Amino acid sequence: MSAAAQGLRERLTGRRRGPGSRAVLPFLAIFAAFVLIALLAPLIAPNDPNSQNLMGRLKAPGVTARNITYWLGSDELGRDLVSRLIWGARISLSVAVLSVALSGVVGTVLGMAAATARGWVETVIMRLVDVFLSIPAVLLAIITVAVLGPGFTNVVIVLALTRWPRYARVAYGQTLSVANMPYVRLARFMGASMPRILFIHILPNIIGAITVVATLEFGLMVLFEAGLSFLGLGVQPPTASWGAMLSVGRNYVGSAWWISAFPGLCLFLLVLSVNLIGDHLRDRLDPKSR
Amino acid sequence: MSDPAAPVLSVRDLVTRIGGNAVVDGVSFDVAPGEVVALVGESGSGKSLTALSVMGLLPAAARAAAGSVRLEGEELLSAPERRLRRIRGQSLSMIFQEPVASLNPLMRVGEQVAESLVVHGRAGRAEAQARAVEMLARVGIPDPAARARQYPAELSGGMCQRVMIACALISEPRLLIADEPTTALDVTIQAQILTLMKRLRADFGTAILIITHDMGVVADIADRVCVMYGGRIVETGTAEEIFARPSHPYTRLLLSTIPRLSGARKELLRSIEGSVPDVSDWPEGCRFRSRCPLAQEDCAQVPPHVPVAGQPGHTAACLHLERIGEMT
Repeated sequence: MSAAAQGLRERLTGRRRGPGSRAVLPFLAIFAAFVLIALLAPLIAPNDPNSQNLMGRLKAPGVTARNITYWLGSDELGRDLVSRLIWGARISLSVAVLSVALSGVVGTVLGMAAATARGWVETVIMRLVDVFLSIPAVLLAIITVAVLGPGFTNVVIVLALTRWPRYARVAYGQTLSVANMPYVRLARFMGASMPRILFIHILPNIIGAITVVATLEFGLMVLFEAGLSFLGLGVQPPTASWGAMLSVGRNYVGSAWWISAFPGLCLFLLVLSVNLIGDHLRDRLDPKSR
Repeated sequence: MSDPAAPVLSVRDLVTRIGGNAVVDGVSFDVAPGEVVALVGESGSGKSLTALSVMGLLPAAARAAAGSVRLEGEELLSAPERRLRRIRGQSLSMIFQEPVASLNPLMRVGEQVAESLVVHGRAGRAEAQARAVEMLARVGIPDPAARARQYPAELSGGMCQRVMIACALISEPRLLIADEPTTALDVTIQAQILTLMKRLRADFGTAILIITHDMGVVADIADRVCVMYGGRIVETGTAEEIFARPSHPYTRLLLSTIPRLSGARKELLRSIEGSVPDVSDWPEGCRFRSRCPLAQEDCAQVPPHVPVAGQPGHTAACLHLERIGEMT
């Protein structure tokens, strides 16, 4: 039985809880908090993230101006940083979720197709994977955004476009190894159709490894979105994005450190928690890849 | 053969090649309805490739080049893949060597047993499930309804092999091909599985082609034995005949390697000198002559199958059958 499957079984039945499974709990809590904040942004943000207040520009954390208390300070246009951070969480998480989903599905389908079809289909897909993986992802993303133009949808598309080869490679290798397991050969022998073999016998047995890639990619996607927005190629102003906030704050870092410090802190906490959760999942679902 | 009924499986002059080498070289045998035939031989004797040729599951490098394989009169070697798919899982089933790896770890046991019914559209989901549970009961799994909802990891190796047998027999095939079905199991479980196979053979009337190197298994279950060496059948006969009067020098040596309880205590375990030569080094004529103690000049000719004195259906491919007594 594949180790991934065994891992999944253990997780489902709750047996053999490995050491260190407690250590991930605080990070799970942090991640859950970010998700909640993103979901509830319209309800919990104290102010409109885009409403400017020229009398309250560059206020330090805790300062009150014009009846608004800037708990984490205000930016160069007098916008409330707390509210912008809360709405920024929405952007970060939704870009990450959508791009991971898109690249995950595309990559898995192509990887499984390559492993199943073999022949020239395999050659074309896997060489394409090699080509994509040999180009630096950030560079590829920047070039593509430059062509397609910035914006939320395009960022998602660009990230999916640059990241699918990771999933394709994992899905390809896993499919090849699972396809040689006696139970798949037997199902084929017994006359099971190709879709049935792929979706009932192979996919459930490789999904663990793909989930591990997806969680590790998730943190990377958050950083990529921030990076593109930092460069002005991501989500466009005035929409709040942590990356764009960092970029603006850079100009004022001597006088108003909070503008860039808090988005940076948020990014750090989110990516750290996602990566630690990913590492933990990998140990659980796919111990061999350690 | 002496059986009046038409054979379920009839293999004639089968030749399977890997590259330029005929690794199965002119194999012919029949399996009668309800009969258990054992293909016996060392690793490299071609027994597994013979079975794979019959099932149409040869690895990419190998090709069934000549001969015929008929299942209930229907030629399989030239049949299109779509037709083969219908035949398999209906009139032809198989069980593999590794019972645990032969079950999908993420699929409930009951669903896997029901699979061949569902795949071939021969029963609805609910009916297939009910029949799977019934089948699990018939292969001796206690509390089958509960077991059907479990995953393979919750079952022991012997239990998994029972499930495999249930998977193979739910379609009530005419022929079951079992490739080393007990090799991965410990001895007590082996005996249980063999007993189960014998009982099911009687219940379903399924003919069984069993591939094994274990003479104990052969003695336990087989009606007839085909001993293979170097891609050819060197001796065939009823199991009783083969054990009582092994007539080919290779069979003789093979049987003498079985340790006996009655032998002298200090005696070393017997073995056959040398090993099966690589397919590219197979000698001309009799393939066994490079290891045979009775080999002579004329063994360079291909020996025909000749009947062993007075025993219908018992033949051996050796030019010097009369000298078999010289062997100890």
